[in-house]
Parts: sequence; C-alpha cells; structure tokens
Amino acid sequence: MSTSAPLRQAPETSMSTPRRRTPAVGTSRLGRGLLWGLCGIVGLWLIVPVLVVIPLSFTGKPSLKFPPDSWSTRWYANFFADTAWTSALWTSVEVALLVTVVATALGTAAALGLTRARVRGLGAAQGAMLAPMIVPGVVLAIGTYSVFLKLQLVGTLAGFVMAHTVLALPFVMIPVTASLRGFDRRLENAAASLGAGSWTTFRSVTLPLVAPGVASGALFAFVTSFDEVVVSLFIQSPYLQTLPVKMYASVTRETDPTIAAAATMIIVLTTTLVFTATFFVARRNRAQ
Amino acid sequence: MVLLDELSGTARSATKGRAAAREPGGRRPALLILPALIALAVFFLYPLAVVAWSAFTDPAPGLGNFTWFFGEPGNLRTLTRTFTTALWVTLISLVLSYPYAYAMTVAGPRVRGVLTMLVLLPFWTSLMVRTFAWVILLQDTGVINQILGAFGLGPFSLIRTQTGVIIGMVQLLMPFMVLPLYAVMSGIDQRLLPAARSLGARPATAFATVYMPLSLPGVSAGCLTVFISALGFYITPALLGSPTDAMISQQIFTQVNGLLKWGRGGAMGVVLLGLTLAMIALLAVSLRRAGRRVNG
Repeated sequence: MSTSAPLRQAPETSMSTPRRRTPAVGTSRLGRGLLWGLCGIVGLWLIVPVLVVIPLSFTGKPSLKFPPDSWSTRWYANFFADTAWTSALWTSVEVALLVTVVATALGTAAALGLTRARVRGLGAAQGAMLAPMIVPGVVLAIGTYSVFLKLQLVGTLAGFVMAHTVLALPFVMIPVTASLRGFDRRLENAAASLGAGSWTTFRSVTLPLVAPGVASGALFAFVTSFDEVVVSLFIQSPYLQTLPVKMYASVTRETDPTIAAAATMIIVLTTTLVFTATFFVARRNRAQ
Repeated sequence: MVLLDELSGTARSATKGRAAAREPGGRRPALLILPALIALAVFFLYPLAVVAWSAFTDPAPGLGNFTWFFGEPGNLRTLTRTFTTALWVTLISLVLSYPYAYAMTVAGPRVRGVLTMLVLLPFWTSLMVRTFAWVILLQDTGVINQILGAFGLGPFSLIRTQTGVIIGMVQLLMPFMVLPLYAVMSGIDQRLLPAARSLGARPATAFATVYMPLSLPGVSAGCLTVFISALGFYITPALLGSPTDAMISQQIFTQVNGLLKWGRGGAMGVVLLGLTLAMIALLAVSLRRAGRRVNG
C-alpha cells in the first residue's frame, strides 16, 4: 500500500529541507553514540549480505564456498556459453521491456482517468487496481496457472507479459497519480483557450509536467517484472523461463557458481539504475 | 452539475456544451480506466475467483477442503508457524528500523544521502539475488559460522532452520519498514522535543510522550507492509527453511504443483488471503479510531 509513495519521497525530501540538527535522544553523548553505532551496524547489515555474491562469482572452484581460495572468470564465460542462462536473461529483458511499455501506458491512462473522471465507483476501481500489491504471490500464482492452462498461455511470452503487467500496475499508478494531483490544471485550460485540442494539450502540456512520475512508474514496472519469481515459477515452461526462475532452479538443484555471476550482473545493473535515477532526481531538485 | 466547476475559462463559455463534453472532468476520462480494469479483471480477479471456486468445488462441491484444512493438526501448526514467523520478522524489523529512520531525520544531508542509499539499494535489488546471498551466508560452512567460529562459538546450523528464515526475511523486508517510518518522521517538527524539554520533561519522557505518538502512522504502515508480505513469503522460506517447517505459501505450492490437489491448495489460499485482508481491515479501523481521537 504505502510502499512506493515514501520511496519516491525519500530522495526528494532529503534534498529539499535542510533541517536544523537538534537531536533529541542524542543530547547526551552516550545516547548519540548509541544511535550512530546502531545505525552503522544496521546500515552494514542492510548492504553487506548482498555483496558476498560478488567475490563468490570470481571463484576458481565449482563450489559455493566462501571466501573462495582461488580466482577465475570462468563462471562469466560459462554464463554466456550456456544457452539456458542466456535465453533466460533474454526472456527476462524482453518481458520486462514489454511490461514497462504496457503497464506504463495502462497505468498512466488509468491514473488520468481516476484523477479526472466524475463517475460513481472510482474508489472501488482504484482499490481494485492497488490490490495486486497485497495479494500473496502464491495465491495469485496458482490462480494464474489454472487460467493459463485453459487459455494455453503457460510458457508463452504473452502470458508472462500479462501476468507481470497486472503486478506492475499499482507501482505505475501510485507515482503517476501523485504527480497528477500536484499539477496545476489551469495550465491545461490555458492551452485549450489558446486553441490546442485535447490530444495536443495532453502531449505538449500534461505529459511533460507529469513525466517524472511516469518515468519512475516505468522504472518500477521494469524492476517488478525483472524480479518477479513466484508467479513466473508456475507459468514457465522448459522452453521459456525468466532469469529469476532459472536462478531459483539453480539454487535448489546444484551448487554451480554461475548463479553468482548472474547475481553479480543483476546487482551491478540495479546499482547503476538506482544511482542514475537518484542523480537525476537530485539535479532536478537543485534546478527547482 | 459537476461539469460546471471545470468551466473556469471564459473563452469557452460560448461553446459550453461541446467544451463540457471534451473537457477532462466529465464522464469521458472514465474510459481511460477501462483498459487497465479489463487487464486486471482477466489476469488478476478471474484467477483469484478460480482459486476460491476450486476451494469450494474440487474434487466435490462443499466445505470438504476447509474441514480438511482445519482438521489436520499439521496444517494448524503451519498456520501458527507462518503467523509467529511473520510476527517476529515484523517486531525485529521495527526495533532495528526505528532508530535508523530516526537517525536519517537528524543526520546532515550527506550522511542522510548515504543512509538513504543503504536502504534503497537492497530495496531495488532482486529478491532472488538477495535470498541466494543468504543461502551462502547461512550455510554450515558459511561466513556467519566462520565469524562465530573465530570467537570459539558454533558451528550453528542456520540454514534449513526457522532462525535462518527469520534472519533472512528481516533483512529482505527492512526497507519496507524504514521507508514509511522515515516518510512520517521527516514530517514531525523537531522543535517539539526541545519544547517538551523546556517544559520540564526528561529526554526519554519527551520522546515517549511527544515524538513516538506522532510517528505511529509510519509504524503502523511499516508493520502492516512487512507483516502481510511476510505472511505470503514463498521464495525465502523455500530456500532458507526446512521442508518440515514449511510456511503456508510452501504448502500451497506443494498441494497444487506436487500433489495436484487444486481444491486443498485453493482452500489454503482462501485462508491466507482472508487473513491478509483481515489484518488490513484491522489496521484501517484502528487508524480511523486513532484519527478520530486526534481530531476530536
């Protein structure tokens, strides 16, 4: 429910309000020391566990022993030589890109409709669209599996795209709705009074102004699809599976460090994305 | 009638009727919701309806699957285990996240940036990758046992235990606790604490009676998000836990995928979904009551 709204705010508020440093607990030196000590430990605890996979991916031995005692890049070579891994990666990227397009289009349209329409049942519609965030993954997964068996969508690209799209919809709608609410409608009226049609107004006035919301929605949609495991586990086939599904199978079946190479590449990709996004948000805030 | 308040520009008053039909704010924008609603109906509501339907009809119509579920002691143990695990994960996350989120609000911009980054990076990193990392850390010859061994402790078996599942899940779900806490705490006026102190309250009293109540909306949002996510967690308990200590999601998976008992899996799914919705309703009611107390 409130998972992504604070997320979007977090980097922004951090830039906008330089606050006076008046620590409350920390008035005593002991209290302040405790607070920062705990904070440091928790910070490390959040980040360090993820990092162990990076050295592991360069191990020289075919085991998941940590720390490795010899080094090589053979697991990366193995990843790109094994069609099971590369086709899983390709499927994941393809599905995630398609989901980004479909979910962003559907979610943005729906957010526009929800903020502007004056009809009955809007609250119910909005609630329904946020519901995929709270329904337990496995429950949706078995239902989707059963429906896909009937519709013959198991193991198809279209099946993956649609299953992931409904999961990504709320993550598009929340940021887009937020940016639409903080939007001055008189700008649209001004454009219309100058003779712009509704499509021109939307394209040249509304869209550029809500673009940050749409962009963060698109990023959410991509990541939601790229990370999805539970539903994908059910709707995969031996011929079409996504990268997380391949990783899951690899962890349960074998001790093959190729998975560490795959994990490291995902971490590098994610980190780059987050840093770039944060950089742009910071720059935009400074410009304002 | 509602359309009238949209007509603020005088330029369009001549073509009032047409403008009203074209203007966003009428009935037409509702059509924009339709594509998303259709996708949702076919690929979300319909599958859930199928699950509920199979719970009551497969293999025979009736409540057979539910009497089976509540009649087996093993199932009730699973349900209790799922609940206690989710509860522990929520409590530990809260205890660790509260000071962290508070520190984020009192830190300077640079430190705050670093602290935010430390939360956002794991938040964005694939759940599968992070669970795999925990498999490496918790294994019997893993880093944690090596560190403990250096102090002459252990080795403890952490993987395939409930402790391992809780450790992993706390770390995986903590961003969902920190972010709402921070969002609420950063809106609290920090001058309130010195104000309370100047009126004679001791620091701890000031914190407990002034700051904590104001941060409660963040606490409840964070706890709810973590708790309901933990209730339905599948990947992490499946990879870090033991099959004999399965959580309800794993049992659903086994019933449907392994045993092809769609009805039993469906009944468990209905129970899990019902519990999740009940938790949300409970929170909504308590928040409304709290809001009334503050406002009235």
